Amino acid sequence: MSDKTRMLAAIRRGLGRDALDASVAAGLVTRLERPEPNRLPAASRGDRLTLLRRFAAKLRRVDATLQVLPRLDGVPEAVAAWADDAAAVRVAPHPDLQRLDWSAAGLEASFGPARGMDTLGVSRADAGIAESGTLALCSGPASPTTLNFLPDRHAVVLHADAVVGAYETVWAALRETGSEGCFMPRTVNWVTGPSRTADIEQTLYLGIHGPRQLHVLLVGSGLEGLETG
Amino acid sequence: MQPRSHAFPANVARALADDGLQVALTRTSAGFPKKRLEGVASLPEFELLRDQAEAIREHVLDHLDWYLERFAAQVEKQGGTVHWCADAEAAREAVLGICQQAGARTVTKGKSMIGEEIAINDHLSAHGITPVETDLGEYIIQLRGETPSHIVAPALHVSRAQVTQAFREHHLDRDPERPLDAPRDLLGEARDVLRERFLAADVGITGANMLVAETGTSLIVTNEGNGDLTQTLPRVHVVLASIEKVVPTLEDATTLLRVLARSITGQEQSVYTTFSTGPRRANDLDGPADYHVVLLDNGRSALLGTPAQPILRCIRCGACLGHCPVYQQVGGHAYGWVYSGPMGAALTPGLLGLPEAWHLPQASTLCGRCEDVCPVRIPIPEVLRHWRAQSWEQGRPGGVSRLALRTWAWLATHPRAYRLASSLAARVLRWRADGRGALGSLPGLGGWTATRDLPAPEEGRPFLVQWQERQP
Amino acid sequence: MSGAPPHVGLFVTCLVDLFRPSVGFATVRLLERAGCRVSVPAEQTCCGQPAFSQGAREEARALARQVIETFSGFDYVVLPSGSCAATLRRHYPELLADDPAWANRARALSERTHELTSFLTDIIQFTEINTVYDGKVAYHDSCSGLRELGIREQPRRLLGLIDGLRETPLANPEGCCGFGGAFCVKYPGISDRLATDKSRQVVESGADLLLGGDLGCLLNLAGTLRRQGATTEVRHVAEVLADQTEAPPIGRE
Repeated sequence: MSDKTRMLAAIRRGLGRDALDASVAAGLVTRLERPEPNRLPAASRGDRLTLLRRFAAKLRRVDATLQVLPRLDGVPEAVAAWADDAAAVRVAPHPDLQRLDWSAAGLEASFGPARGMDTLGVSRADAGIAESGTLALCSGPASPTTLNFLPDRHAVVLHADAVVGAYETVWAALRETGSEGCFMPRTVNWVTGPSRTADIEQTLYLGIHGPRQLHVLLVGSGLEGLETG
Repeated sequence: MQPRSHAFPANVARALADDGLQVALTRTSAGFPKKRLEGVASLPEFELLRDQAEAIREHVLDHLDWYLERFAAQVEKQGGTVHWCADAEAAREAVLGICQQAGARTVTKGKSMIGEEIAINDHLSAHGITPVETDLGEYIIQLRGETPSHIVAPALHVSRAQVTQAFREHHLDRDPERPLDAPRDLLGEARDVLRERFLAADVGITGANMLVAETGTSLIVTNEGNGDLTQTLPRVHVVLASIEKVVPTLEDATTLLRVLARSITGQEQSVYTTFSTGPRRANDLDGPADYHVVLLDNGRSALLGTPAQPILRCIRCGACLGHCPVYQQVGGHAYGWVYSGPMGAALTPGLLGLPEAWHLPQASTLCGRCEDVCPVRIPIPEVLRHWRAQSWEQGRPGGVSRLALRTWAWLATHPRAYRLASSLAARVLRWRADGRGALGSLPGLGGWTATRDLPAPEEGRPFLVQWQERQP
Repeated sequence: MSGAPPHVGLFVTCLVDLFRPSVGFATVRLLERAGCRVSVPAEQTCCGQPAFSQGAREEARALARQVIETFSGFDYVVLPSGSCAATLRRHYPELLADDPAWANRARALSERTHELTSFLTDIIQFTEINTVYDGKVAYHDSCSGLRELGIREQPRRLLGLIDGLRETPLANPEGCCGFGGAFCVKYPGISDRLATDKSRQVVESGADLLLGGDLGCLLNLAGTLRRQGATTEVRHVAEVLADQTEAPPIGRE
């Protein structure tokens, strides 16, 4: 008897029954395939400006920094100013970022997954979650996961329209792209601030294995005042 | 890890006498409750979410077989492989097999209690494969040849000076004169050393806080980012998870995540919450080519349908450890195995058996603070009482304490004898107190009187005797 | 309240019976002042908590049945102890759930059982505490009263009716005092640290008097304070509420 059979039998024995009967199983299938939407906390609700303000405030609380830009073409200069001693930058190969003029900002840009020697990386987030200041980044052909973790300094471009209230919005969006549970990319990262540890005498320090600094470039209109809150 | 839970009383004595450990424990004990309160205050819906979290976990346990099969089917649909392992040996062999097939020489590891439970590091080392712990706390204790003393803060018992010493002893390809006392120096060096290991590893092993049945996804929660480098850089990603970690949907996982980090560090979320589903896709730019999930039972199925079932709801947040008056005095090593604190006392007897672990549920005042702070409302005192009842049936404790309790119970069920005994006791204790109001010592009660006085009975006659005398 | 006075069966508890009868008398006084008719069943001994906590389930069940029998026929059963009241309210129904002859009776007793301060506040809404006490008081919340019965506000509301009494909070009110029944003699090293820590908080609070609703905790703390040479007095809250403080404080003569 395989371990799988033994284990399932042991579980059923403990629960005092055989395999679930068809009607119960059907109910569970429905629960999985049409998940009941969560009741969302108040912190995930609000109009556009409220959510943007909350996102900005939460981002600051978790020691990330925020800069607002009216247009994407301001990104290279903003990155160069933030990482003022950098000469090279590793960038996610997304059309939004590939068409920008990096050299005008004094940065030599290369595109692709991060490598051990990359110290400055630029990614593009799929969403920003206002309830916690979290960035959602999904792996894909234009979005290498290593870029979120290997470089010392990590700048993330986020469209203001992609700031949503609750995490669940990301799941709903992903479900629309696929079917029958097969819509997840290899990796979905929720990033909430730069990396940290308290493993040295329980004192908090920023920057251990993941990026030491996280800088969010929020692109869109009507964002004045968000940087300082 | 060879269990030393049977030596718990001796472990406790050693822990209480360990000044360095006591300093470390005192430093942390006020922090966890304070942080949790702040985290809870920032989410008005917290108690409602706890109710939901409890319901989700109990629902899964009641249907665990179905959800596990569903999870496994989804993993396989996405191109991953599931290994069903009834016990630790099967899990060790599965992991070794994966590593050998990958021709692995070094393996990086994110924090995994299951890894400790099956002692995977020793097994890999014995077969010429080098495991490297990457969580900073785990790395420190790996260098020191120790085991974790807390599920969230494994190096809680190690001082900064001890970390410096460990780095000097093990990082030999560096300038011996380099400054290494400031935390910044230690962190910088740890990052550099481990970065080389991350990039060189052939296989990355992580645990899983949850397994999502809907999509065949495993998720980990870290603050350092080590789990992510572990599972993204190597060619092979192995997830070690026990069977009860399943949750039905991504929505359910999200509900649990809203209460998990909040309960231990007060954070809305840990810095990195990562959802991994299968190997890299055809047009991905990075990620592992192979994805394996090792599902371990190791005694958990036997807890289903028993009064200990609720401990299987545990999502390993560590809040109970952070609030337990016993844990705060003795730390994690005293418990003698992988799981410590209240959840360790509730789970370990189920995994190791009572002959080895019976002391753990005894070492509790049943104050209930753990249940108070548990995000999934595990009734830990109830589970501890269940183990105590089983222990009692097996004859533990024996000796004097058993005789004392049985004598007490006999007297209490024989009210006239009880009246005589209590009258006698009142008179004897007052006599020994000799007008001072309290006793400084009493044969047989050295446990009490070693460190505190015993107030004497107020009068030579108990209340019920006096009350009877006053009746017409 | 209209109609006949509520008939209360007083379960004094084994620790009060042996160590501090004045708490029993103070409780009677309070209940009578609150308009109750009080009976003290002669056959009472112990609620069985030591047996239940230590896993001796058969012994615990035997005691539970005895208590149910002894305390049948009252409108309410009141105990000057959070842990003992919790044993009757929360654990008797559990213990006897599988015993068809006793399960309902256990449930019925459970519904009628109350800890003293909770009874006076939540059930009787008693406010005629016409006492004066000039001084600073610290209140120790016992773990079982707090967590199993939700008792925190009730004793404070009653104490708040006393002119001149000021409560000074302890630094860590939610922390265990280290008594834990048999725990304090099985793990004295740990128990001592907890008791010492709590005693230090009591002294640092500047309170003249420490009150609580559970004699086990109070004996533990009084004994520790005394061993440390502290002068803080320790009493059961019933004594102050009933204005019955002639007896020396716990552990003094």
